[in-house]
Amino acid sequence: MIIGLDVGGTHTDAVLLSENGLERDIKVPTDTSNLFNTVLSGFDLLLDGIDSAKIKRIVISTTLTTNSVVQKQLNPVGIIVSSGPGIDPELFRRGEHFYAVSGSIDHRGRERQPINRNEIEQISEKMQHAGIEYVGVIGKFSPRNPAHEIEICEILKKNFPTVFLGHRVSGNLNFPRRISTVHLNTAVYSMHKNFFNAVNDTLKQKGLTAPIQILKADGGTMNLRTSMEFPGQTILSGPAASVMGSIHHAPADKDVLVLDIGGTTTDIAIIVNRAPLLEPVGIGRGKYKSLIRALQTTSRGIGGDSQVTVIEKYIEKTDVEQNGSETISRKKIKALKIGPDRQGPALAFGGPALTPTDAMIWLGIMDGGDKKLSEEGLTLLSEALELSIDQTAEKIFYQTCTTIVNLANQMVEQINSKPVYTVHEFLEGYQIKPQLILLLGGPASHFSDAIQKISGIPTMAVPHSSVANAIGAALARTTCEVSLLVDTERGVATAPEENFTATVSTSYRKDDAINTALALLEKKAVNSGADLKNFEAEVTEFQSFNIVRQFAPRGKIFRIKMQVKPGLIKGFSHGF
Amino acid sequence: MLKSNKKTGLVFFPAFDWAIDPTHPEREERLLYTQDQVSEEGVFDIKGIKEYKPDLVTAHEIRRTHFCVPDEATITTKSHLISAGGATAIARAVMEKKIDNGFALVRPPGHHAMRISHGGRGFCHINMEAVMVEMIRQEYGVRRVAIVDTDCHHGDGTNDIYWHDPDTLFISLHQDGRTLYPGSGFTGELGGPNAKGTNLNIPLPPTTATEGYLYIIRNTVLPALEEFKPEIIVNSAGQDNHYTDPLTNMKFSAQGYAELTTLLKPDIAVLEGGYSIEGALPYVNLGIILALAGMDYSRVVEPDYDEERLKQSAHVTDSIKKISDVINGYWHRRYEMREKAGRHGEIQERHREIFYDTDNIFERQKEKVRVCRDCAGAIEIDSKASPGLHIMAIHIPINACNACRETGYEMFDRAQKKKYDKIFLQDRPKDSYIIK
Ligand SMILES: [Zn+2]
Ligand SMILES: [Zn+2]
Repeated sequence: MIIGLDVGGTHTDAVLLSENGLERDIKVPTDTSNLFNTVLSGFDLLLDGIDSAKIKRIVISTTLTTNSVVQKQLNPVGIIVSSGPGIDPELFRRGEHFYAVSGSIDHRGRERQPINRNEIEQISEKMQHAGIEYVGVIGKFSPRNPAHEIEICEILKKNFPTVFLGHRVSGNLNFPRRISTVHLNTAVYSMHKNFFNAVNDTLKQKGLTAPIQILKADGGTMNLRTSMEFPGQTILSGPAASVMGSIHHAPADKDVLVLDIGGTTTDIAIIVNRAPLLEPVGIGRGKYKSLIRALQTTSRGIGGDSQVTVIEKYIEKTDVEQNGSETISRKKIKALKIGPDRQGPALAFGGPALTPTDAMIWLGIMDGGDKKLSEEGLTLLSEALELSIDQTAEKIFYQTCTTIVNLANQMVEQINSKPVYTVHEFLEGYQIKPQLILLLGGPASHFSDAIQKISGIPTMAVPHSSVANAIGAALARTTCEVSLLVDTERGVATAPEENFTATVSTSYRKDDAINTALALLEKKAVNSGADLKNFEAEVTEFQSFNIVRQFAPRGKIFRIKMQVKPGLIKGFSHGF
Repeated sequence: MLKSNKKTGLVFFPAFDWAIDPTHPEREERLLYTQDQVSEEGVFDIKGIKEYKPDLVTAHEIRRTHFCVPDEATITTKSHLISAGGATAIARAVMEKKIDNGFALVRPPGHHAMRISHGGRGFCHINMEAVMVEMIRQEYGVRRVAIVDTDCHHGDGTNDIYWHDPDTLFISLHQDGRTLYPGSGFTGELGGPNAKGTNLNIPLPPTTATEGYLYIIRNTVLPALEEFKPEIIVNSAGQDNHYTDPLTNMKFSAQGYAELTTLLKPDIAVLEGGYSIEGALPYVNLGIILALAGMDYSRVVEPDYDEERLKQSAHVTDSIKKISDVINGYWHRRYEMREKAGRHGEIQERHREIFYDTDNIFERQKEKVRVCRDCAGAIEIDSKASPGLHIMAIHIPINACNACRETGYEMFDRAQKKKYDKIFLQDRPKDSYIIK
């Protein structure tokens, strides 16, 4: 049997799955001031009367990292960056102990300016005096050549046993995001370590010997050891859990929209042929912008408990006279505003403000709560809108669904209009056309008819939709990615993330590159705790270029990215 | 998060799967290191910088500028259509005020493509800037446009297309034609009788450095722009003036390009040539992007930049000052020169021979233009390519006066089908293109 546990903002969900399907599911309130207790009480409830020796896999998804970013509770750490030409690195400063040092590597990984050892030694002393415990080191173009990061790390070793290096986080180029990512790993490391070591020890005491896996933002898992080097990857794993929980119900060869409608927000993701779409570079959203591999999700403040108010807005009307002159008139109208705030639960459940849930209760779409309380709120609003109560409730419900559908359409449009860099992709590039909408979250089932009608796309609520997130966590495969660079002119193949360097001859071909990458990927997956029977590799990027100098070919460049495709482990796919 | 001071749009289309041939300077790898630099700098994450997808220009859009022989499909590949579409995508975003300015980093280039195109010249098949400008005129009603071509080669294609158009100020800065392809663009090449002085060619001596370029911009280009008052400024931003370029002999730098961009304030920049793909393009393109976005570019310096070696010699400085004075003189006397260049209503003729180095075609042209003081004048061109076709092309300019419209149709009616393989009429006021 396997366990999935997802710590959410308000609830923590946990499921126990066997070969026969869902054996048990529980929900406990999340105590944000003590996530450790929340997790333990989840396990206690779930395992009550179960033989813990039968548990073969445990996957945990927490909001620990996400919360510390949102609440700006990151530990002070030291950051050293070496940049060379370009945008002033000072603009990417993180905290007081941020040092832009000399040293420069160019876009092909050649050293253009060496590191100044004295400078690093002085900074090292200074940080030690200031009581800094953890340091991150980031070099521009370090995925092309990590030598400077490694050199700086060696100097720091004397004072700092744990140093986080930029080239280890991703093969993607983006210096500011590399700084953010390393900063995040460095800043959440001690909290992450303390938390998971405590969870691990306690579970061991309870007789749970299966290794703990932790859910990442890309909808895959990693083992405890890997997570200690990349704790930031646990950020935004909540939305990933839900998406993974719906993959089961996504048919092969179809594009599927996943809408996770919660109380406060709606998260939208896309599944193509049973695999979730990933962000091209890493998490792209505002304060989370980084090189962390993640599912492509959009989140907006609209959900079942969104606050509904009436606002006045102006619309401009242009009248064109017969003689061609234009009169622009401004007209004041009353309109509904739904979200992005949430004041609390719906009026019907004793909350302080009118919500879409109240409208659904009034319309009989949903049961429960005190309909009288909903009516009071709707009455007030209906007077302001000069509509009947029925019309008001209809309007609220319809506008909520329309807003959600529009958000989903916008996301699809945005992905389809993403720039591409080859003629082939420009002309033949894949365009997403959703053929099914899957709804998740507490109120999901009540929305499906209306969303199907508005979107014109078949829509269904995922079974067990309120614990689909925990199911997703339990079933998520262990994932990872490797980037291999081959430069036959320089005679090297490198994968800096994997500490891999090999010499290559000029006869090195595409197939050699793919085989090398595949071997690296397999090794990395096993190290992260993957079971090779669930291993499904795919090439996500392949580029090859001729290097020409003085009008003559000198060699080739191959750039290859390979990943374990995010997906579900085998053997537990029945009974949902 | 980093924020730009201006809203800047970028189209990045490196066409990683297209080359003239594998070892040609115009090949797949050309923008690879630029992409690496721009990605590594996180440029697309800067708030205020937005990446656009290129359009695919249509035959109809090309026909506002070119006469493609035998037709558009034969002499262009999809890459050309996307490349020009990169320019139009930026132009649309600028015209619709979604962005303050923009830069199309596209390939293949276009500024050697002339009004009649029998194939590839100087790696160019269709003229991106001209196709874009005619789109702007057609869709947004813009009339006065300035195109400043800072590629190291004479922008002879753009120069040819706007040779007779007084509403387009075309300025080309380039290495002296006696020392570089295409061997044209001398100071006396000032435009046809209807547009004398709105074509300015500024040949610069080999080894001109940053100082010299900026001198010309400040002392000749900016004053002309100031007087001309264009509604839109386009920069054909070739990057082969760089001190590391393998095809040219100049000493321009990334800092220089960024400063030039700051001074020129183009609404739309379009990448043209530039073949130092590792040593120049990554830094020059980054410099131009930051300058357009109104951001600090002071640290965008090539790793091998050597101030001493890149100094401009005194005699080069002297000759640049002289060239600047000569051009300024022409500019001030442009109306007077135009008056003298011909009598209203008369037909003038010129003969030209054009070589297409990329496709090995030799073309002979006999061009007739109606001298007109009310518009850019009707034109007919008898063009014979070998190998290739013998065609007649008639152009009626967008703001044509009635007399020139009539003249255009007379030219078209007069052209005999038995004498030509094809006869074309480009009627810009009607936005139509007729083939007989
Ligand atoms: Zn050029
Ligand atoms: Zn006229």
